[in-house]
Amino acid sequence: MSLYLSVAIIVLIFVVIFQIAKASEYVSILKGEEASRQQNNKINGFLMVAFLVLGFVGIYICNKAYYGKTQMAQGAASIQGEKVDEMLFVTLVITGIVFVITQVLLFWFAYKYQEDKNRKVFFFAHSTKLELIWTAIPAIALTILVVFGLRNWFFFTGEPPKNAMVVEVTGKQFGWIFRYPGKDAIFGKKYYKNIDPATNSVGIIWDDKYAQDDILTEQTMYVVKGTPVKLIIGSRDVIHDVGLTHFRLKMDAVPGIPTTMWFTPIYTTKEMREKTGNPNFAYEISCDQMCGNGHYSMKGVIEVVDQEEYDLWMAKQKPQYFTAFPEKDPSAVPVAKADSTAKATTAKM
Amino acid sequence: MSHEAALHNHEGHGHDDHGDHEHHDTFLTKYVFSQDHKMIAKQFLITGMVWAVLGGLMSVLFRLQLGYPDASFPWLESILGKWAKGGQITPEAYYALVTTHGTVLVFFVLTAGLSGTFANFLIPLQIGARDMASPFLNMLSYWFFFTASIVMLSSLFVETGPFSGGWTAYPPLSALHDASPGSKSGMDLWIIAMALFVVSSLLGGLNYIATILNMRTKGMSMTRLPLTIWALFFTAVLGVLSFPVLLSGMILLIFDRNFGTSFYLSDIYVNGVGALSNEGGSAILFQHLFWFLGHPEVYIILLPAMGMVSEIMSVNSRKPIFGYMAMLGSLFAIAILAFLVWAHHMFVTGLNPFLGSVFVLLTLLIAVPSAIKVFNWLTTLWRGNIRFTPGMLFAIGFVSLFISGGLTGIWLGNAALDIYLHDSYFVVAHFHIVMGVASMFGMFAGVYHWFPKMYGRYLNNTLGYIHFWITIAGAYMIFWPMHYQGLAGMPRRYFDFSIWESFKQFAELNRFISTVAMIVFAVQILFLINFFYSIFKGRKVTVQNPWESNTLEWTTPIRPGHGNWPGEIPEVHRWPYDYGKDGHDFIPQTTPVGADETGTH
Repeated sequence: MSLYLSVAIIVLIFVVIFQIAKASEYVSILKGEEASRQQNNKINGFLMVAFLVLGFVGIYICNKAYYGKTQMAQGAASIQGEKVDEMLFVTLVITGIVFVITQVLLFWFAYKYQEDKNRKVFFFAHSTKLELIWTAIPAIALTILVVFGLRNWFFFTGEPPKNAMVVEVTGKQFGWIFRYPGKDAIFGKKYYKNIDPATNSVGIIWDDKYAQDDILTEQTMYVVKGTPVKLIIGSRDVIHDVGLTHFRLKMDAVPGIPTTMWFTPIYTTKEMREKTGNPNFAYEISCDQMCGNGHYSMKGVIEVVDQEEYDLWMAKQKPQYFTAFPEKDPSAVPVAKADSTAKATTAKM
Repeated sequence: MSHEAALHNHEGHGHDDHGDHEHHDTFLTKYVFSQDHKMIAKQFLITGMVWAVLGGLMSVLFRLQLGYPDASFPWLESILGKWAKGGQITPEAYYALVTTHGTVLVFFVLTAGLSGTFANFLIPLQIGARDMASPFLNMLSYWFFFTASIVMLSSLFVETGPFSGGWTAYPPLSALHDASPGSKSGMDLWIIAMALFVVSSLLGGLNYIATILNMRTKGMSMTRLPLTIWALFFTAVLGVLSFPVLLSGMILLIFDRNFGTSFYLSDIYVNGVGALSNEGGSAILFQHLFWFLGHPEVYIILLPAMGMVSEIMSVNSRKPIFGYMAMLGSLFAIAILAFLVWAHHMFVTGLNPFLGSVFVLLTLLIAVPSAIKVFNWLTTLWRGNIRFTPGMLFAIGFVSLFISGGLTGIWLGNAALDIYLHDSYFVVAHFHIVMGVASMFGMFAGVYHWFPKMYGRYLNNTLGYIHFWITIAGAYMIFWPMHYQGLAGMPRRYFDFSIWESFKQFAELNRFISTVAMIVFAVQILFLINFFYSIFKGRKVTVQNPWESNTLEWTTPIRPGHGNWPGEIPEVHRWPYDYGKDGHDFIPQTTPVGADETGTH
């Protein structure tokens, strides 16, 4: 009912506007083309400046309302992120200056040079000097940005420091699997045809001697504050993307082609909760590449903790090998069983 | 009708009997299978408008979900059925809407609707030709587009739903039937529609190039062409060189989908299906093929708008376009660079960092010709005598949007920032402003400016002004705040943000954006009413050259027949931008250069 009513109201508004518009056309015919054009020029010329002024007011209001909700206000949580933020700022200043100058000129010229019977237009078709100036200035500004940008780019994509810990991240519809290499610090080989959602979600080759201490977790990854983390990223099905908003990085997860990314977290999750004043704060991993109907809910979490807490957590982890082959597990068997059924249900999701 | 026959035909009609020609036309040959470039242009325009309404409506529907994720609208269920169970759009329907919105707006509206319309309409009229080089191929171009439209439309009614993997259609998602319901038969229809579309655009493009190079009237040297024609020329070249690459990518995709090949597939385990046998393919290969078209495509959309804006701005400032040769050079530079920057869409795919750095450099280089164009437009306005026709307003709006959206391109083109902003709402804001809305403004400017030539009647001015001011204010209100969402890392293509601690703070803003989007959409309906009403009932054009313009299309009769000029095709003596020269308000291109005239272009 309310739908019909609102449609009726919209139609009514359209009819009114349309009638006014038609009436004004008749008026302008009566007035003569010349006179009505002058009037239109006046009105639109005024609206040009009004739009310029209101536009800047709007930008101010928007900035006031929403800047605090962006990541910039919160600050980056990795050394890479700090560089990104710094660069965002420099880029904002340079493009901001150009934005203000050009928009002001555009709308100001439009207002100032609206039709005036007495003005003789300036026949100005060409000026090599001017054209050279506005070729050179952008080129210089861009050179600065390119140099700055590439320095960061090569740092981000370069080799991580030697002490980096390595975690393998695998995307699947719709969740994340993390693999730690275990005590030997070397990942066991894997082959996708070995994948078994219940016990071997990334397809580890169990015969590989490096594989038997590999640790698998889902949805939550633990890393250490101040220690560089290198991620080796892959996907089980379609392309996903490991989006780390707070660390200001992202990298695609492509089936069949491993990619890498590294970062150094500088605040623990706890510190970030205090810093942002949000007790629910979490370093969320968002999937940033369209991957199907559950794309929007493909969430992972990174827990940044200090070394001590990390060691405690790690000590509690059981190599996946024992989940796959509970009979070989030297410790308590029932726990492993409960664990594996839980895995099976999440994997089916 | 072959080129030869068409030519003879026109010569035969020559002087006096051209009017009679029209009487031989049946309804079918005049309005449906027409070979008159003007009629084909109108067919492209109106089909494009139908798609624009559909695509716009889709955006209203998915904005409804983003703005009111918890609300339920029972009427949605009555329209969409199972796609909106309980009055709430399902994720599946949401992704199908987003995907179709993107595909339709990029290809069917802003490629076919924009350059299809104005290349067809303006090229023969502005270069002084009776029709296209091949009117028959031109007609085929429209009918391939029409068929593509029908196939795309039918994909919306497939039981498993239309394709829903994003307009970029990245495999493996688009290649695996089991990865998503939208990747079943909906995707097959999507590919077929796109293949037909590519054929249409190639037939059109080859025709535009041949016509511009071969059929200019006497005296119309290349440097006397209006900038519209130059822009349409580069657009056609871009299309002809890049669309085949997309087609090849699509064909490989068809093979992967249906015939068990592994061009794009490797190491895949699909939930509920198991490990696939495909090995050795590269999912990234498709992205290279796609973006090798995809990036030039951005300029295929943008250049015609730039060309029309240059022309309209010069006419209505009563002043020559500033730096004709620089404008031309920058068009050329943009066209070349368009082919050398595609991988900036792929900075985070694991691209070799060195390769990435080359693409950063080339991408940011585009800012130089773009800056030249902006400053030249500004200088064109400077000390002019501006008439604010609705066409002129949209041209000014185009420049404003091009600046706003172009500058954020400098952010995204820098790989070290893209690694943060990629696929966030910042990107959505950027490309909607610079490519979507700006090109739409170019299209509106063109429609308002050339409507009198198309239909012999005027559009209603007041409605045009209302349309412009609400649309530009609305466009900024929709897309400006999205930059902030992007800076908060909010990813695009999310059905619902409420489960995310990091992104849920924008619920109120999303409601605001959705509301404005609906208002802006309603105002476009106002434009449509104006358009269709004015075709039949608009104020009649009584003067041959209502905008007092220099270009050749205004030397034709008010309602030109097939063949455009009843007599001889006029000869051209000068460039098209002699406005305000030697005390004359304007000097049409057909006026011979006077003995006492100051230096010519």
